[in-house]
Amino acid sequence: MLQLIENESIRETINGKRIITKKPELLAPAGSLEKLKVAVHYGADAVFIGGQEFGLRSNADNFTIEEMREGVEFAKKYGAVIYVTTNIFAHNENMAGLEEYLRAIADVGVKGIIVADPLIIETCKRVAPELEIHLSTQQSLSNWKAVKYWKSEGLDRVVLAREVGAEEIRLIKEKVDIEIETFVHGAMCIAYSGRCVLSNHMTARDSNRGGCCQSCRWDYDLYENVNGEEKPLFNEGDAPFAMSPKDLKLIESIPHMIELGIDSLKVEGRMKSIHYVATVISVYRKVIDSYCADPENFKIKREWLEELDRCANRATASAFFEGEPSYKQQMFGFHAKKPEWDFAGFVFDYDEETQMVTLQQRNYFKTGDTVEFFGPEIDTFTMTVGQMWNEENEPIEVANHPLQIVKFKVEKPLHRYNMMRRKNK
Amino acid sequence: MKKPELLVTPKSIPHIKELIEAGADAFVIGEQKFGLRLAGEFSIDEVKEATQIIHEAGKKVYVSCNALFHNDRIDALDEYLKQLQQIGPDAILFGDPAVLMSVREFGITIPLHWNPETTATNWFQVNYWGERGAKRAVLARELSLDEILEIKENSKYEIEVQVHGMTCMFQSKRKLLGNYFLYRGEVMEIENRKENKNMFLHDKERNNKYPIYEDLNGTHIFSPNDICLIDELTEFFEAGIDSLKIDGILQTEEYITTVTSLYRQAIDAYFDEGEDTYDEIKDELFEKIKAIQPPLRPLDTGFIYKETVY
Ligand code: SF4
Repeated sequence: MLQLIENESIRETINGKRIITKKPELLAPAGSLEKLKVAVHYGADAVFIGGQEFGLRSNADNFTIEEMREGVEFAKKYGAVIYVTTNIFAHNENMAGLEEYLRAIADVGVKGIIVADPLIIETCKRVAPELEIHLSTQQSLSNWKAVKYWKSEGLDRVVLAREVGAEEIRLIKEKVDIEIETFVHGAMCIAYSGRCVLSNHMTARDSNRGGCCQSCRWDYDLYENVNGEEKPLFNEGDAPFAMSPKDLKLIESIPHMIELGIDSLKVEGRMKSIHYVATVISVYRKVIDSYCADPENFKIKREWLEELDRCANRATASAFFEGEPSYKQQMFGFHAKKPEWDFAGFVFDYDEETQMVTLQQRNYFKTGDTVEFFGPEIDTFTMTVGQMWNEENEPIEVANHPLQIVKFKVEKPLHRYNMMRRKNK
Repeated sequence: MKKPELLVTPKSIPHIKELIEAGADAFVIGEQKFGLRLAGEFSIDEVKEATQIIHEAGKKVYVSCNALFHNDRIDALDEYLKQLQQIGPDAILFGDPAVLMSVREFGITIPLHWNPETTATNWFQVNYWGERGAKRAVLARELSLDEILEIKENSKYEIEVQVHGMTCMFQSKRKLLGNYFLYRGEVMEIENRKENKNMFLHDKERNNKYPIYEDLNGTHIFSPNDICLIDELTEFFEAGIDSLKIDGILQTEEYITTVTSLYRQAIDAYFDEGEDTYDEIKDELFEKIKAIQPPLRPLDTGFIYKETVY
């Protein structure tokens, strides 16, 4: 473990207690308006979304300008802000329409854009100067001098390369006065971002314009070429060559990141479900808040770790933050891991008088199943599902239609946006 | 019309001499500590010697500093740049803006070439880095012919395009080969193969073979085919592309030399004798390359005529 050095500049004495007043922003991903609302409701300070143009993740459900407006309004009620990723490396054909697009984003109240291509940086400075400009990790920013360059170009914030470690961040912070954003959780590239065109070659899809097919997650066979003869470097039954990284999880490094003075902690995953967003954001929210409120007595709680595991379907690791990742941070052989719990229902309404919950089905469940409810307003609890009714108030035993409305009795009060999980057998 | 420069990547000092004979106009050299995926490794002393030889022959030499730098290499980079200033090569290649900052800081007067590889994708960026001191841009290899021509038309700076050889398609900081051997408990393999650059990944589904090796900068994976545009040069000539590069990474010296002399013939035929002469000999030149092509390296035209979606 790295040594944690207390940072006086982020502390203040309040009511005789030393607490941390410079809290980093918790930045959540959202691939849809619903996910955005969930992210904010579960504690995100900021949400990054994609527009319909100029962003990577061309498959993710992206936002129209109108949806962005609604997202901004919703976030405002919680004091949260929205950033839009416009992080492609444009080709000539992508250059048209950029000015109008940036204007429109600024006009609906988005706070900033996350960008890699100087074309977009310069255009933004010119047509939408009120937008903050954050340099995307696609630029694989790895040293303080390059950070200084982007500072001199007037950028407000830089997202560092995922390959940068804690001590490197410390030096960057010391040398350059600029906001730093780093990743704390989620799937990631095993290549330097922006420096992988595997998908261009293998599937004719441009990874630097959102077409990545995750070709790095496939299996390959390793050979050597000895004077024109191909010799396999594996034996029958060996796991094939793989370069699939475990997903990033830095929950235990959060105190360290706060002490380094990092300004924004970013969770990856615009394609993930609302369940993922809610679970991950609520856990990181708790970690950040508890550490800042009482750094002396802070301890990572087992339940937080267990909670995070509830939405994980891949193994996790700490990547470069704590040092060079070894083979243990990659996945070889068989990968998939079935999560212990499935996201089963999304609470729409709760009637205190009748104790009836109305929720939307998100996965199969039935009477007799063990379920768990969680959300920012409640303490997580489990119960057994009793008699259920459908939207027409007809009794049912199974909820097997996607998105169907289901009602049943829950003794403890629930709130809109609370979620229900069902235990996998 | 002006003859484009024929730019090559030598593997050693003696190789430079052969390449001068074969008709190369310019050379990219350097060492892995500062430059990415070089065909040969040249220490600072060798850079000095090479610069002398190349300048005596009236040719140009460019030193590569296009690595992605981490903090721990910044001081060394600064030292290196100061040494280069003494030696006086004709250009420094960079991708990381840290190089630009140091060049300004230490008053380095050697011109810059912007070469970040995959991310040099539009003419705006060419002009952007140009205004900040890059006299030339080396374009991404993932562009189509039309995109290249449009960039040339709209940019105010020199344009370099790779016309031959393999291209990098992946760089990770992780030691992916070492990790694979470690995972299998074969520590010895790592030592044994440290300097080996003869490994490849077999993609069974596509039946492609991707060369792979590790160095100071991490793990590099290369394209399954070698680009070969010797019979497709007319449009580059007409557009006035400033530099045509043969990348000799992972090839033998003899191969690089032969290919260089064939491209020399192609360029000279077009400019000294005319388009017709080039058209007459270009198929033959292509056949000559095909004849010396290593068995595991099929030829193609890269992304020149390929459409990519996203
Ligand atoms: S193939 Fe893998 S490393 Fe490459 S861009 Fe896609 S996720 Fe990243």
